[in-house]
Amino acid sequence: MARASTAKPAKGAAKPTPAPASNRERPAEPVRYEASKDELMAFYREMLLIRRFEEKAGQLYGLGLIGGFCHLYIGQEAVAVGLQSALEVGKDSVITGYRDHGHMLAYGIAPKLIMAELTGREAGISRGKGGSMHMFSVEHKFYGGHGIVGAQVSLGTGLAFKHKYANDGGVAMAYFGDGASNQGQVYESFNMAELWKLPIIFVIENNQYAMGTSVNRSSAEDQLYKRGESFRIPGLQVDGMDVLAVRGAANTAVEWVRAGKGPILLELKTYRYRGHSMSDPAKYRSRDEVQAVRDKSDPIEHAKRDLEALGVTEADLKDLDKEIRKIVSEAADFAESSPEPGLAELYTDVLVDTY
Amino acid sequence: MSDITENPVETAEPTTRMNMIQAINSAMDVMMARDPDVIVMGEDVGYFGGVFRATAGLQKKYGKRRVFDTPITECGIIGVAVGMGAYGLRPVPEIQFADYIYPALDQLVSEAARLRYRSAGEFIAPMTVRSPFGGGIFGGQTHSQSPEGIFTHVSGVKTVIPSTPYDAKGLLIAAIEDNDPTIFFEPKRIYNGPFDGHYDRPARNWSAHPAGEVPEGYYRIPLGKANVVRAGQALTILCYGAMVHVVAATIEELGVDAEIIDLRTLVPLDIETIEASVKKTGRCMIVHEATRTSGFGAELSALVQERCFYHLEAPIERVTGFDTPYPHSLEWAYFPGPVRIAEALKKIMKE
Ligand SMILES: Cc1ncc(C[n+]2csc(CCOP(=O)(O)OP(=O)(O)O)c2C)c(N)n1
Ligand SMILES: [Mg+2]
Repeated sequence: MARASTAKPAKGAAKPTPAPASNRERPAEPVRYEASKDELMAFYREMLLIRRFEEKAGQLYGLGLIGGFCHLYIGQEAVAVGLQSALEVGKDSVITGYRDHGHMLAYGIAPKLIMAELTGREAGISRGKGGSMHMFSVEHKFYGGHGIVGAQVSLGTGLAFKHKYANDGGVAMAYFGDGASNQGQVYESFNMAELWKLPIIFVIENNQYAMGTSVNRSSAEDQLYKRGESFRIPGLQVDGMDVLAVRGAANTAVEWVRAGKGPILLELKTYRYRGHSMSDPAKYRSRDEVQAVRDKSDPIEHAKRDLEALGVTEADLKDLDKEIRKIVSEAADFAESSPEPGLAELYTDVLVDTY
Repeated sequence: MSDITENPVETAEPTTRMNMIQAINSAMDVMMARDPDVIVMGEDVGYFGGVFRATAGLQKKYGKRRVFDTPITECGIIGVAVGMGAYGLRPVPEIQFADYIYPALDQLVSEAARLRYRSAGEFIAPMTVRSPFGGGIFGGQTHSQSPEGIFTHVSGVKTVIPSTPYDAKGLLIAAIEDNDPTIFFEPKRIYNGPFDGHYDRPARNWSAHPAGEVPEGYYRIPLGKANVVRAGQALTILCYGAMVHVVAATIEELGVDAEIIDLRTLVPLDIETIEASVKKTGRCMIVHEATRTSGFGAELSALVQERCFYHLEAPIERVTGFDTPYPHSLEWAYFPGPVRIAEALKKIMKE
């Protein structure tokens, strides 16, 4: 087809690849959020609720009341709390993987409905049909809870498409892990999201391990915030153990995305204290490594120090802890005493009608 | 289960007590020692030794060049294994749970299963995909499924499912040596011991079972050869994987003189053994955990009907999982256990 005699090489084709465009617009460097005392108190409260909730879930698992696979969020609390504090419940959609309890609590979903789902009871938020890894709340625009590593990233891209299509002003936030960031569909999603300028915040929760595999043993580019660059998605690396740093980055990201500039990628550096799931012997890292993070970087202790600097007393925090423990133990009682789903539930929700 | 004729080990080779995980580990160990082209890869199989410990110690023994961790990228894992195989290696990729094999389905179906045919035999995909499957461990919908019927439907792959440590090792060795892509589904509910379907009774391990005695060295069980685990006259029961033990315990309790056939490989299928048995007993029951519609039981039922129609004294019975996703709660209502098998037995013996 080409007319060889007259065809000219495309303009500039012979030139060397240009250096990465420095004139591409980039989000501003995030600044640590300056929270009022009340705001910080609210963040602290939510993080503590997640921590105590997860500790209780761990106990119930040990007692055999929670079966199967259960992944705790302990250590990562500042990520969900900091990021989702910048979103609007019911307007902005959130989707994540199987380590989902924290994201639900941070979106104001009732602890007892979550706990009853963990124990597989009728009163659970998915009527006992989803379990720990699969929970949903349409009302909150929380789209789950997904057990297949990486799948939620494409789904989140679809949510973002609808936000744009409906022009509803909402953004989608799609969380995934450092391990999930090696799934192919993540990059297929990146490409579509940027191509279509979708309002989505991709969030890599880099807790440094995918089960027993550390990031540098599985990732050619271990600076995960750069993973969007070749799709022209700007990335920011954030201290995920500092709730105010997280909130600061969230503001930057939300501003970028709401302004119609397309997706943005956040890499939150964080750490999980517990095993991957309840059945993980955690032989791939040392106790000292875990203890060092707990001692030096615990997000709740960090917020506590900030609160004390703002004049909050030890006694105030003790009262709060009591209140939270009460909420959590009520959730556990509820989850233990609700009945299992009826046998007929086996056949419901498979297709539109029963068949 | 005293009168079950499990494979008596007729060899002078030294044997050891193994559970199914150890037997699978031993098969890979034996094959890696014999053939430098065998490599083992998958999520957490190297450094950590696999989430079920099936590859424990192999990286230490054979090095990172031959036993290594992959990123979480099932489609990629199987895709590279196809290329490795085409260029002469014999990869044994692990897909951590059968429920995660779906991202790799494209590479398995469109490439692995088709390479031999479309290259007129020039290129092959001699890989063995190991993957734990099946329910009974409270795994909910992403850790419990039995997708064997998807693979038996695809021409160009073999599907193998062992039911004992002895079989697991011999079949895995045969699968690795086989020049076709083979899906090797490991019934994880019986990794540690035969499961009789009574979840409320104490679990047993393999130490008392005859097929827990496994040769330490090399041996193979040919693909396409079923095992008659119990001879009987009243009816033929076709099953595989964990269900072999559930069925055996149930008929023992009920005192039914059933002939139990453990298929061991679904493709290729030992139809001759099945045909001979059903012609003898005149009744056929099929038991599997997988969902019913288009399950492998449907294929078995059609084959038996085609070959044994005039010998059948009752309609063929199927006891299977329900046509629903694998549930999180109500697992024991879903699992085709002793109660449902007993009901089906009553029905098929009444005719
Ligand atoms: C497609 C798929 N492959 C494998 C698994 C098994 N699996 C569950 S979680 C996990 C590790 C994921 O690690 P990461 O993305 O870092 O998330 P984290 O658990 O650290 O939160 C693996 C391999 C799965 N659920 N889905
Ligand atoms: Mg991780």
